[in-house]
Amino acid sequence: MTQASRIAQVFAQRAQQRQLAFMPFIAAGDPDMTTTGRLIQELAKAGADLIEVGFPYSDPIADGPVIQSSYTRALNKHLKLKDIFSGVTAVSSSVSCPLVAMVSYSIIFRTGTESFVMQAREAGFAGLIVPDLPGDEAAEFAALVARHEMDLIQLVAPTTPVDRAARILKNATGFVYCIAVAGTTGARAELAPQLADMLKSLRNQTSLPLAVGFGISSPEQVDQLRGLADGVIVGSAIVRHLEALASDSTPAHMDAVMKQIAEYAGSIARAAHAAR
Amino acid sequence: MSNAQPQSRATSQVPDAEGRFGEFGRRFVPETLMHALEELTVEYQRAMQDPEFNRRLNEMLRTFVGRPNPLYFAERLSEECGGARIFFKREDLNHTGAHKINNTIGQALLTLRMGKTRVIAETGAGQHGVATATACARFGLPCVVYMGEEDIRRQKLNVFIMKTMGAEVRPVTSGSRTLRDAINEAMRDWMASVENTHYILGSVVGPHPFPMIVRDFQSVIGREARQQCLETIGRLPDEVVACVGGGSNSAGMFHPFVDDVGVELTGVEAGGRGDKAGDHASTLSFGTKGVLHGSYSYVLQDEDGQTMDVHSISAGLDYPGVGPEHSYWHDTGRVKYVKIRDNQALETVGKVARMEGILPALESSHAIAYALEQAKRRSPDEVIVVCLSGRGDKDVNEVAQLTGRVL
Repeated sequence: MTQASRIAQVFAQRAQQRQLAFMPFIAAGDPDMTTTGRLIQELAKAGADLIEVGFPYSDPIADGPVIQSSYTRALNKHLKLKDIFSGVTAVSSSVSCPLVAMVSYSIIFRTGTESFVMQAREAGFAGLIVPDLPGDEAAEFAALVARHEMDLIQLVAPTTPVDRAARILKNATGFVYCIAVAGTTGARAELAPQLADMLKSLRNQTSLPLAVGFGISSPEQVDQLRGLADGVIVGSAIVRHLEALASDSTPAHMDAVMKQIAEYAGSIARAAHAAR
Repeated sequence: MSNAQPQSRATSQVPDAEGRFGEFGRRFVPETLMHALEELTVEYQRAMQDPEFNRRLNEMLRTFVGRPNPLYFAERLSEECGGARIFFKREDLNHTGAHKINNTIGQALLTLRMGKTRVIAETGAGQHGVATATACARFGLPCVVYMGEEDIRRQKLNVFIMKTMGAEVRPVTSGSRTLRDAINEAMRDWMASVENTHYILGSVVGPHPFPMIVRDFQSVIGREARQQCLETIGRLPDEVVACVGGGSNSAGMFHPFVDDVGVELTGVEAGGRGDKAGDHASTLSFGTKGVLHGSYSYVLQDEDGQTMDVHSISAGLDYPGVGPEHSYWHDTGRVKYVKIRDNQALETVGKVARMEGILPALESSHAIAYALEQAKRRSPDEVIVVCLSGRGDKDVNEVAQLTGRVL
């Protein structure tokens, strides 16, 4: 089976059971790759269907303060790309859920597009999300990613007009990342009222699964997406737990933080997997 | 990696519809901003073809900014160099004391035209912040300026002026706390506010169409200088010199000369304390091709594509990227890029003050310092025009501190 079809399969299975897929996001290397590896395993056990791994970047303009700070902590400890790939390689075959890399085009371009895609595939990633490579600029890169049998996930925003969405969807594979709010990543209390309309419109334009991210943090929000979306993405609400490790990374504290994250992720997974 | 061979000859007829200057430019931003950038591109093109928009812009430049400003013969400095004659294009005489207002007036008029009701901006030295706050005050637009904490410390005077003009100055505490992080924060604000807010970007950086819009509004500098040269010396200059941080005053100065192949163009970057990474902001001397702040250009970055910290004595040049058109001019060989150290720039402030009675900004002093060196290598019948992009009042605290004096 290709890496790409693993993503499609996960969504298909959940859809068959009338459930939502749950994709937690974690920032790599905060506080180190050993912890990231352990988190991947904990999240898989807690019910994650896919796991999104963020590659720390120095200028993440799409990210709110929680993920920015996590990236800064990792980069201040001199986390390098090769550390991320080797850390992910060490755990990717031990979890059944596909891993998706969230990575800035600045990093991909600097590494060399083909070299980056090959290394990502070898590390065990099934797909890539490149938040600063909009659909218009993505055709060439999408073809490259497809040649390596991975998915390039496209993003659609609340500000994307219908005709623009149609152009973006031409290059889309795997699933469509639906940005829930105009703004950066980070937990919000409410879902935007126009989100439902956006999802209904996208549903008419594509047969790909729709996963919703940005601002999602509670089981109640997940409930509201039932019947509208095929998956939920939760990032800042998980990453914020890692901040506590910056001041205290003793084994006991580490265990406590892992437990917190696993319990929280479990609550979102249960909401996502509750039958419609 | 690129080899140093110049590509085809540079032309002034860039960018193309996708925002390409040669291979550089384009748009690498989150999807949330894409529609606004497309709208801005269309609306800008309509505005430029609208005689009423141009009439209003020109009237504001004349009656509010004080254009045209003079082309001034720096007689005593030229005599001392004993070579080429040096002329200053006096952008320091504009209202608010720098070239930045040429762009903010234009973009504020665009804001009104697009029906947006709020403006955000980033600032490094504070000159763009002041110019934006000023334009917004003039047109009654609420204005938020993002500024790095480190720059707020270095540029207290400009912070005070912005607030007096009614703008809100939001300190940026992430990353290096300078211009680069101020741009990040302004972009984040824009992600959430794009429906009603226009982002008045202050340099020729960022995603298309910003590098084109800012260059066009700043090109009044080069158009005037070119015309004034023809009138005063009866011909075009031999060399035109301007400083380059993001590169707005230099882009505006150079663009009208790009097709005059006999005119040498020289951009002066911040050489900082030395050539070691982190000690300078010489993007075109030491950078590599990459993506920063939504455009593809040269960037000071590490082998993983992480942006590096930079240093310059002048807050306005303290930036790890450069406008994509400069990268295009660099690779085609149309513009030569050189660097001047902190201490040379600092000495030049004093020298220009004593010999010409003009206090230049630290940024502009980089360009003047290079022009003084170059004048010595050229003959007295040759002419160098320097863009004196701003006045130095904002720098007096920093200059006093660095030269061991008390204000």
